[in-house]
Amino acid sequence: MSDRENIVSIRNLSKIYAQGEIQVTALHDISLAIAAGEFLTLMGPSGSGKSTLLHIIAGVDRPTSGECLVQGVDVTKLNESQLADWRNQNVGFVFQTFNLIPVLTAFENVELPLLLTRLGPAQRRRQVHAALELVGLADRMHHLPKQLSGGQEQRVAIARALVTDPRLVVADEPTGNLDSHSAQEVLGILQSLSRQAGKTVIMVTHDPKAAAFGSRSIHLEKGELTN
Amino acid sequence: MALPIRYSLRNALVRWRSTIATVLGIALVVFVFVLLQSLAAGIERSSGNTGDPRNLMVVRKGSTAESASLISRATLQEIRYFPEIARHEAGDPIISADVLALVNLPRRNNGGEANVLLRGVTPRGRELRPQVHLVAGRWFEPGKREVVVSAKLARRFANFDIGESFKSGNATLTVVGWLAGGGSAFDSECWLDADECRSIFERDMYSSFLIRPVDAAAGAKLIARIEADRRFKLKVEKEVEYYRKQTMTAAPIKWLGGFLAVTMSIGAVFAAMNTMYAAVGARTREIGTLRVLGYRRRFVVVALLVEGAFLALLGGVLGCVLAFHWNGYTTATMGFETFSEIVFEFRVTPGLIAKGLIFAVVVGLIGTALPAIRASRLPVIAALKSL
Ligand SMILES: Nc1ncnc2c1ncn2[C@@H]1O[C@H](COP(=O)(O)OP(=O)(O)OP(=O)(O)O)[C@@H](O)[C@H]1O
Ligand SMILES: [Mg+2]
Repeated sequence: MSDRENIVSIRNLSKIYAQGEIQVTALHDISLAIAAGEFLTLMGPSGSGKSTLLHIIAGVDRPTSGECLVQGVDVTKLNESQLADWRNQNVGFVFQTFNLIPVLTAFENVELPLLLTRLGPAQRRRQVHAALELVGLADRMHHLPKQLSGGQEQRVAIARALVTDPRLVVADEPTGNLDSHSAQEVLGILQSLSRQAGKTVIMVTHDPKAAAFGSRSIHLEKGELTN
Repeated sequence: MALPIRYSLRNALVRWRSTIATVLGIALVVFVFVLLQSLAAGIERSSGNTGDPRNLMVVRKGSTAESASLISRATLQEIRYFPEIARHEAGDPIISADVLALVNLPRRNNGGEANVLLRGVTPRGRELRPQVHLVAGRWFEPGKREVVVSAKLARRFANFDIGESFKSGNATLTVVGWLAGGGSAFDSECWLDADECRSIFERDMYSSFLIRPVDAAAGAKLIARIEADRRFKLKVEKEVEYYRKQTMTAAPIKWLGGFLAVTMSIGAVFAAMNTMYAAVGARTREIGTLRVLGYRRRFVVVALLVEGAFLALLGGVLGCVLAFHWNGYTTATMGFETFSEIVFEFRVTPGLIAKGLIFAVVVGLIGTALPAIRASRLPVIAALKSL
């Protein structure tokens, strides 16, 4: 049962954008398996389909054809509200642009995904504390995003991705907007997530130094996997 | 407060610079709406709350108003001792025969002239109308050409200060006091001694009788008895009923208020819509992020509606505060029955405030509906990729 060990298994996945007459093939016949606990880095030139692949695995985008099983569930077959619940319970997101809600404090931002669960306020508070503790920002809990540095914002975003304890964490160029010191911190956290917490981390990056933090790296070229 | 609500409220407040125009616009609409409705409420109340439910008002059959009614002295003598009429310990019946006259008097500050209603009244008449009381000076003395004017009229008419005098007919009346009628029709009257009034205006007739019957049953009997008597040609009804019919219609003002509210609120809806479209446009990626985290379209719609409603509510509160400034402000109009000056107050009631706030929130919700739906319709991936 390869699906047991593989948290993600992708078969013959394609994504084609039709723009009038022209068809843009973002992904072409991708097959890929990702084992639980891996820290996979996804590399390739701009426009090669890295983000598209990540979005499909994370249940944000849909492929044109093929299947994508995550923990045995074919995410391409879920309807929109099922996908919303599935994302909330199974995936943590980290964006290049952090995407914190500006009017909410660090604590509130991290609490957001938990509000959709059945957890009570006390339990939520404990989990938010633990997540912020993990990224080393428990003391900045009541600060607004604009009162934090870029690196700190991204660490809050990681706390938000972790707070529901998902098995899968996806990150699209999480260090793209960070200086090298902050980037090191963020990469260190992601690495320890996979090594210590046993989470599966998939990270898109352009930077070979960032990719070096991963346990495996794959390359995309014009929508196809290359080795 | 729940986090989603905090999210909406903070978003409304964080861009206060761009939303201030919308808030002010809605404030203006609510202000105009509440003010005109308070005007209508004031006009309706100016006579609507007059009278004692126990009293009966007698006027000549066919007269629409007291001031246009004439009743002979002989009639008073006949009716006076009817057993249905309550009596004082001393034995005299509780009935007031009033004489009404209109005089044309100059307003203050050369504001032209207007008719003022004078009521010649007996001590019984004052007893029967306990809502009328002195606020300054003293009551007139019988047999003297003295007058007590409404304090509200005093602010509007020349020579109405205590100690001053004015000409009416061929007599000169001296103002000796100010009365207040507690927001009733009597706030638009000047009272003097009934006999003096008849002599000044050379009236042989009375205008109306106000009667206190022994009890409700006696009252009903009295109505039947007087109205059945062909010789009298009189109409008897409860005092409150009489004044209820006299209540001026505020329909035109209500209509104007409604019309202005509707037309202005269309503008306000578009202002709110504009603000919310801008808000949604600037927050597309934020909305995408919420959706990625698992929030549904429904949440996005509700959060934006709460935000828009909150903005509108701020405007509504501001509008009500401005309108409340006019609460109790006295102004006047011409009565349709007597063509005399009728004073009334703007009455900003709690009910009107509630209406104004609900009105504001509805404007906000309508203005936010389209932007909110558009924001929620956007696919997650498109929202996420927007800059
Ligand atoms: N909505 C869309 N409509 C049409 N084409 C699209 C759309 N989104 C992506 N594409 C195309 O799909 C291809 C892959 O895009 P994708 O964003 O996955 O690339 P990427 O590898 O993440 O690039 P980058 O490193 O610049 O982020 C590109 O050629 C892009 O132009
Ligand atoms: Mg990309």
